[in-house]
Amino acid sequence: MFDTLTDRLSGTLRSLRGRGRMRPADVDEALAEIRVALLEADVHVGVVRRFTERVRERSVGGEVTASLTPGQQVTKIVNDELVAILGGDPLNFQFAPKPPTVVLLAGLQGSGKTTAAAKLAQWCKSQGRNPLLVGADLQRPAAVEQLRTLARSIDTEVWSAAGVAGAAGVAGAAGVAGAAGVAGAAGDPVACAAGGLAHARETGRDVLIVDTAGRLAIDAELMTEVARISDAVEPHYTFLVVDSMVGQDAVSTAEAFHATLEVDGIILTKLDGDARGGAALSVAEVVGRPVAFASVGEKIDDFEQFHPDRMASRILGMGDVLTLIEKAEQVYEEAEAEAAAQRLVEGTFTLDDFVDQLRQLRKMGNLQSIVQMMPGISDQVRNAEIDDDRITTAEAIVLSMTPAERVAPEIIDASRRARIAAGSGTSSAQVSSLLKQFTQMRKMMGGMMGLGSKRRPAGRKAARKRGRGGGRTGGGRTGGGGRVSPKGSGPKTGAKPLSDAIDWDALDLKLPGR
Amino acid sequence: MIFIGAILLFLGIGDLPDAWRIGLILIIVAMVALMTVPFVQRSRQRRAAAAGSPARSDPSPVADPPVADPPVAPAAAPAQASVPPVTEPDRAPATFAAGLASSRRTLRDRLASIRGRTPDAETWESFEEALLGADVGVSTTMATLDRLRRTAAEAGITEPDDLMRALGDQMREVLDADRALATSAPGRDGATAVWLFVGVNGVGKTTTIGKVGHRLSSSGQRVVMAAGDTFRAAAASQLQTWADRCGAELISGSSGADPSSVVHDAISAAAARSADVVLADTAGRLQTRKNLMDELAKVRRVADREPGAVAETLLVIDATTGQNGLSQARAFAEATDVTGVVLTKLDGSAKGGIVFAIEAELGLPVKLVGLGEHAEDLVDFDPDSYVDALLGVAGEPQPSGGE
Repeated sequence: MFDTLTDRLSGTLRSLRGRGRMRPADVDEALAEIRVALLEADVHVGVVRRFTERVRERSVGGEVTASLTPGQQVTKIVNDELVAILGGDPLNFQFAPKPPTVVLLAGLQGSGKTTAAAKLAQWCKSQGRNPLLVGADLQRPAAVEQLRTLARSIDTEVWSAAGVAGAAGVAGAAGVAGAAGVAGAAGDPVACAAGGLAHARETGRDVLIVDTAGRLAIDAELMTEVARISDAVEPHYTFLVVDSMVGQDAVSTAEAFHATLEVDGIILTKLDGDARGGAALSVAEVVGRPVAFASVGEKIDDFEQFHPDRMASRILGMGDVLTLIEKAEQVYEEAEAEAAAQRLVEGTFTLDDFVDQLRQLRKMGNLQSIVQMMPGISDQVRNAEIDDDRITTAEAIVLSMTPAERVAPEIIDASRRARIAAGSGTSSAQVSSLLKQFTQMRKMMGGMMGLGSKRRPAGRKAARKRGRGGGRTGGGRTGGGGRVSPKGSGPKTGAKPLSDAIDWDALDLKLPGR
Repeated sequence: MIFIGAILLFLGIGDLPDAWRIGLILIIVAMVALMTVPFVQRSRQRRAAAAGSPARSDPSPVADPPVADPPVAPAAAPAQASVPPVTEPDRAPATFAAGLASSRRTLRDRLASIRGRTPDAETWESFEEALLGADVGVSTTMATLDRLRRTAAEAGITEPDDLMRALGDQMREVLDADRALATSAPGRDGATAVWLFVGVNGVGKTTTIGKVGHRLSSSGQRVVMAAGDTFRAAAASQLQTWADRCGAELISGSSGADPSSVVHDAISAAAARSADVVLADTAGRLQTRKNLMDELAKVRRVADREPGAVAETLLVIDATTGQNGLSQARAFAEATDVTGVVLTKLDGSAKGGIVFAIEAELGLPVKLVGLGEHAEDLVDFDPDSYVDALLGVAGEPQPSGGE
């Protein structure tokens, strides 16, 4: 998501960074680029206009800080503005002191409310809560059943007025309502929601999540209905569910819902696609409320609290280290990781460990998205097609080796190589390529860990210091610095000086811990 | 450690052959992730300690939903068990132009402010904002306006109203594709025609199938529906409701079943009953999910096998969709050979300008338009009223479309 936006902005800002002094013309040039990038990312035209105006005012109109170059300054301003639009401080979801905490979800048809409701329930459970879901979408055929199926997978109860098909107790009532004949609508969602609240109190549920039917913002009747639902349950949080693929219309929708319901926050869905999600910017700007949660996949726990500052960093091409760390945290076992790290430092890291790492890595999600979270990565790499199948290939090669070969790859000669290639369905060249990389990597990591933190190439001290501060927030576990000897470690030709290869400015601005 | 990883990454990609650069990136990312863990783990422990471990021992009862007798809710009808009447007597049938009325208003207002003035920078900006605001997209908007500028210069057009008319003509010219819906696959006369519906999540595929089924069976065709969405919870029940409404037969598989086999079963059943058309639903999927797109390509291949033949593959696009619509159209066209687009939810405030970009850039014709939640709220796409509505040059809306 936001990929192209990231490319454009980082490209433009990089050209600004090089200059010692900034003229209004430079700013305008950058802003034109930024405008197109934002528009292509589906940010609303009006929002874009306001955004670029604010950035221009602040950029040209002074605010000169001694410690920043003009380029850094514009970067910072754009960053600040993005964070400001995306909701400033993240919404801190707090459970009500007097339960149940009532959450109401509303939005257009197909924005993902029902799925979001179940995911939010799962998230509440992971916080040690005991949620009750209310299926107040009595409009769409089988919506309640969908909620029930999802709820069953997370062991959560659903309250609703509409029964499951074939429930004997309501058979008679069904006939009556069917005869009444309102297409698709059965039962009163307001009463249903109120009933859910009463039931939650009776059974001691501490969170109540109300899923409502999708409705168009211009449908006055349905908007009144959702307002009545809101009055009936008096929600602590009202979330507007927004599809990240939505275009310019996001603004009018958000305005209408906000006018009716007083939205507290936004749940952004389908963020795992390639939609750039500019709607997030538009909506957040228009309703002045933050994006609270983001739904990032099809699985029930692909749901996380949204961090505007991280997203802004990502837009600016500065990576998303915090999310990367969180993902790693979910996947890795501490003891295992410590042991592997230890072996790596000692240089006894084997191909078995390597395959194990690749497998863990795969659990973190698709590689492309992981690479994109890393700071200071060039556009070229960011856009490189990274095929997850490569992991499988690497795995196959290693698994075709004998245990002895995995521990000591040096013993692999031409004949062994041919056997491994045949066994893994690859070529000898691929096998040696993998081995070469493995050896290099082992050397690099080992060398790196052994070096003292004070040895740095001259002339890059300041940047290096900032970079270290950023990369090692929270106290790294070893004393190793960011030093890599260009001579000993990298590919031998060393055509590219280390200092040129790294975008120091981008790195230094990525300070996850701040 | 991340920092170090970044350095390595740059080092590594310098001089390796292309294919294996990626490999190195993988390794490095793995290492980075690995090295990140220890201190993260520590912080997690700290957090856990601070928070105190939440009571985990509460096995929330999987009490079955209180369906039978909700104390507050009035006599409840299981929506999917009843078959509501297909039409609602006092409801005017949807028309394409009426559906677009809400879209038109804002756009017309916007352009009204520049009427009667010689075109200046501001005029062009208004055009630009109007098109951009309708989700037509930056590149299509720029291309369209560049062409208009040339036309205006050549023909000496100065009045904004004339410019608007010229713009309308130009846009109509672009929308010149054949929009007929095929009820048999070309060259496959004996085979059972299959209409496959594809698209991302939540665009309204299932609802569209319901409406198409209603429309086809109203015109005397025998319809069989295939519940090919085996992923989303209760998708089959949702389609069942629609099938019941229009008297079509629904063939479904178990949840999580292979969609290809469900579609195949439906086609066999349809062939056995000599039905005219099979409407095949598929699960919504984001176009970036490679394996899911592969699965969809397989569904299409299977559907095109005897006794079936794919007559239409319709990509369903939500009118609120922004620029991602282009990416959707590209990916789905590549995977399934899309023959047309269904634009849904045009009865809202969204303008659906992205389909203009899709047709202009990819040549995929819009064939049907969804205008509401009722069975009859589906009409043929009419480029004339669409463009007029988008630009607000029409006087009163002309009833048009397929009704």
